[in-house]
Amino acid sequence: MLAYILRRIMIMIPTLLGVTIIVFLMLHATPGDPAELLMGERATEESLEQLREHLGLNEPLHVQYGLFLSRLLKGDLGETIWTRQKVWVEIKQRFPATIELSLVALCISCFAGMLLGVISATKQYSIFDYASMIGALAGVSMPIFWLGLVFMLIFSLNLGWLPLSGRLSIGVDLEVITNFYIVDAVITRNWPAFKDVVWHIIMPAVTLSTIPTAIVARMTRSAMLDVLRQDYIKTAKAKGLSQFQVIFKHALRNAMIPVVTTIGLQFGVLLGGAILTETIFAWPGVGKWMYDAVMQRDYMVIQGGTLFIASLFVVINLCVDVLYAVINPRISIQ
Amino acid sequence: MKRTFWIVLCLLALVCAGTALAETPKKGGTLVFGRGGDSVGLDPAYETDGNSFQVCDNIFEALVFYADETTALEPGLAESWDIAPDGKTYTFHLRKGVKFHDGTDFNADTVVFSIGRMMKDRQIKYFGKGWEIPAQERPPEYWVSMEMDDIVGSIEAVDEYTVVFKLKMVNAPFLANMGMDFADIISPTAFIKNPVEFIRNPVGTGPFKFVSWVKDDRIILEKFDGYWDKAAGPYVDKVIFRSIPENSVRFLELKTGNIHICQFPNPQDIALAKKDKNLTLPTQPGMNVGYLSFNHTKEPWKSNVDLRKAIGHAINRQAIVDNLYQGMGQVAKNPIPPTMWGYNESIPGYVYDVDKAKEYLKKAGFPNGEGLGEINLWSMPVPRPYNPDGVKIGEAMAADLAKVGIKAKVVTYEWGTYLKRQREQPEDMDLFQLGWTGDNGDPDNFLAVLFDGKASTAIRTQWINDDYHDLMVQGRETIEQAKRDEIYQKALQIFFDECPAIAVAHSTVIWPALKNVNNFKLHPTGSVRLKNVWLK
Repeated sequence: MLAYILRRIMIMIPTLLGVTIIVFLMLHATPGDPAELLMGERATEESLEQLREHLGLNEPLHVQYGLFLSRLLKGDLGETIWTRQKVWVEIKQRFPATIELSLVALCISCFAGMLLGVISATKQYSIFDYASMIGALAGVSMPIFWLGLVFMLIFSLNLGWLPLSGRLSIGVDLEVITNFYIVDAVITRNWPAFKDVVWHIIMPAVTLSTIPTAIVARMTRSAMLDVLRQDYIKTAKAKGLSQFQVIFKHALRNAMIPVVTTIGLQFGVLLGGAILTETIFAWPGVGKWMYDAVMQRDYMVIQGGTLFIASLFVVINLCVDVLYAVINPRISIQ
Repeated sequence: MKRTFWIVLCLLALVCAGTALAETPKKGGTLVFGRGGDSVGLDPAYETDGNSFQVCDNIFEALVFYADETTALEPGLAESWDIAPDGKTYTFHLRKGVKFHDGTDFNADTVVFSIGRMMKDRQIKYFGKGWEIPAQERPPEYWVSMEMDDIVGSIEAVDEYTVVFKLKMVNAPFLANMGMDFADIISPTAFIKNPVEFIRNPVGTGPFKFVSWVKDDRIILEKFDGYWDKAAGPYVDKVIFRSIPENSVRFLELKTGNIHICQFPNPQDIALAKKDKNLTLPTQPGMNVGYLSFNHTKEPWKSNVDLRKAIGHAINRQAIVDNLYQGMGQVAKNPIPPTMWGYNESIPGYVYDVDKAKEYLKKAGFPNGEGLGEINLWSMPVPRPYNPDGVKIGEAMAADLAKVGIKAKVVTYEWGTYLKRQREQPEDMDLFQLGWTGDNGDPDNFLAVLFDGKASTAIRTQWINDDYHDLMVQGRETIEQAKRDEIYQKALQIFFDECPAIAVAHSTVIWPALKNVNNFKLHPTGSVRLKNVWLK
C-alpha cells in the first residue's frame, strides 16, 4: 500500500508539471496585459514600460516560465502582480475559508444525497422516487446565483433566521489562529463566535451543496438499483435479514465505489472554487480570488493558485483510490 | 399674560436647544462601509484603484486638502504655501504639532521622504538626519502617469517646518496634484521598519489608524486619539470597510442595517432606496466623462469636421442617459463636468437632430452615409464609472447612426487589449468609446490629458490642433485661476467647433446610506472621507 501511495505521488510530479505548462501557455495565449489592466485609462507608454520591466513581462516566454519553475523548486510560488504579496500567503489566507465551506457543503451532499438515493432505489417508481429524482434534476440545473438570492430573501430578509453574507458578524470577536473559523472558535472556546460562524456558513453551504447533492443522489440511486438486483442480495433477504441490514450492510457498501468516486470529484470541484457562491455570499475564499485574478491577468496568482488546486485534486483522487480498498476488501491496492 | 409670555419663551428656548442638540455630532459607534471589492494595497504612492484610495483617504493626509464636495484647495498638512513669481518654486509651511499614528513627529523631513521616494532622480535634501530611501518596490504608477518626474526638480527641507519644491517648468496643476492620494505623507519610521509590508501596515497622520485586514472581507480602522485637528471629528470609534461583491446583496445588507453606506448599488435598487424611509441618498455629480472619439490618424475622420459633427448630431445621448445610465447621469455638453471651473456654459452641445446630421453628412461629402462604407465602432467591454455598459451603448449608437444612413459595426475586445490597441490607433478603428474620471479637479486633467494629441502620441485622441495645443500649454503655464478659467473656456469653444470627440455623459454617483449616518458627503474625486461622519 505504501509503495502504491509513493508511486502515485511520483506520478503526481509530471502531472503537475503538465498543469503548469498548460496553464502558462493558456495564460499567455489569451489576450490581455496585466500592466495595461493595472494602469487602466491613464496608462502612458512610459509607465507601462516601467511596470512591464519590473514585472518581468518583457522577458521571452521560456525565460518567464523558467523563472517560475526555478522559484517553484525553492518552494516559492512568486509574488502576486496586483497586491504585491507572496502567492503562498494569499493562498493561506483564503483557502481555509473555501475548505471550510466545501467540507460543510460536502457533508450535506453526502448525507442528503445518499439518503435520497437509497430511499429512491429501494422505493423505485414510487412518488418519493419521482419527487426526489425531479428534485435532483432541478438541483443540478438550478442557477446557484438565483438560488442564493432566493435563500437570502426567505431566510434572512423575511424570516430573519440567518445572516445575509460574510463569515462573521461585525462586533463578534474571534481570535483567528488557523483561519478555519469553526476550528478557531472551538480552540478558543468562544461559543458566541462559534454560533455566529455556524449561522453564517449554513446558507452558503446549502446553496453550494445543491448540485453535488443532486449528483450524489442520482449516482447512489443507480448504483443501488444495480446492486439490489444481485443474487447475494436475494440471498441476504432469503436468510431473513432485516431490510435495514440488507440495504445498509450488504447493498450500500457494494454500491459505494462509484458514489465515493463522485464525491471525491465533487470535493475537488468545490475546492477549485465556488465562484458564484463565494461572490453572492461575500465569502472571502479562493474562487472569487482566482476569478478576479483571471480578469486582472494576475499571472502569478493564476499559476500558483492552479498549481495548488491541481495538487489538491490529485491528492483527493489518491485518497479516493485508497478508500476503495477500505470500503471494498475485494479491491487490493498494489 | 406675563406668565403665558414666559411659558412661550421657555418652550421656544427648549425647541432651540433641542435643535442645537440634534445638530451636535455624537461621538462613538462603528461605521460599516459596504463596497464591491477589497483594497489592493494601502501605500498611497503605489495604488491605482479606488478601493485602495478610499481607505487611504482616512489613514493618510496630503499637504493640501480638497474642500468638501469640491476640488477647491484648502490647507492640509501645510498650513499655507507661497508660489515664487517665476511660478517654479513652491514653499510649503507645515502644520506644527502633528503626529503620525506610530508617534513619529510630522515635519519637513517626512515630506521630503514621502514625496522623494517616488522621484526617479532623487534630488532631495533633508533638514535633519533624514532617512535613506530603500529601492522602489515597483514604479509609483500615479507619479509616473502624472509625469511628475518631468515637473518636480528637487525637494528640500529648509527648516523643520518648511519644504521647498523647485519645479523644472511652470505647471499650474502641480498644487492640485499635491492634494491627490499619491502625494500623501507617510511615516518614514514605519516604512523603513518594513518597506515591503508597509502596504499592509499603513501609518499616516489621518483621523483613523489602521487596525487589521482580512483579505476580501474587511479592513478595520480605529479613531486616532492623537489627531491634530481638535475642532471636528473623527467622531466614530471604528470604521469597517466590508467587501460585498454582489451589488444586490450589498444593498440588502444596507436594508437590514448591517452596513451603513452602500457603494455602487444597482440602478434599480436606487428606486427602492428612494421609497425606503430608513435610507438617505447622498448624491454627487461624478467628476467624469464618457466620450465617443474618432480615429484622427486616418481619413475621413482626420480632416472632415462636418462628418464628425454629423455623428455628434446623429446620436441620441438623452436616450442613452435615460435608458442605459438609467437616469444616473446627465448628457454632456463639454468634455469636462459642469461642476468644474473652466466649464463653458455658453456651449449648446450637439443636439440630437437627424435632419441636421443628414445635412452635415451631405456637406461632408457622404450624403446618407454613401461612400463611407461600414465603420467600426469600438465599444468598451467593461462597465466603468463613466460608462455603465459600453457594448449596449455602442449598439444604441449604431442604431442611431443607421437612422442617418451610416452603417456601424460594434466591435469590442478584452479590456486590456482594448486599451492597448486603442493607443495604437489601428486602421480597423473608426470610432471608439472611452472616458475619464478626474484626478485633481483641474481642467488640464481632462482637456490636455485626453485630447491634446499634439502634446504626445500617448494621448488617446490623436487630434492635432495648434490653437488648442497652445491654449493647453498656456493653461499649464498660467498660475492665476481666473485667467486659466478663460483659457479653458476658449479651448472648449474650439473643441465644440472642431468636434474632435463627442462628450456623451457625466454619470451621477448615488450611494444610499442609513438615516442615522450624518454628515456623509460624496466627493467628486470619489474619495471617501469619514472624518466628520457621525452616527445618531
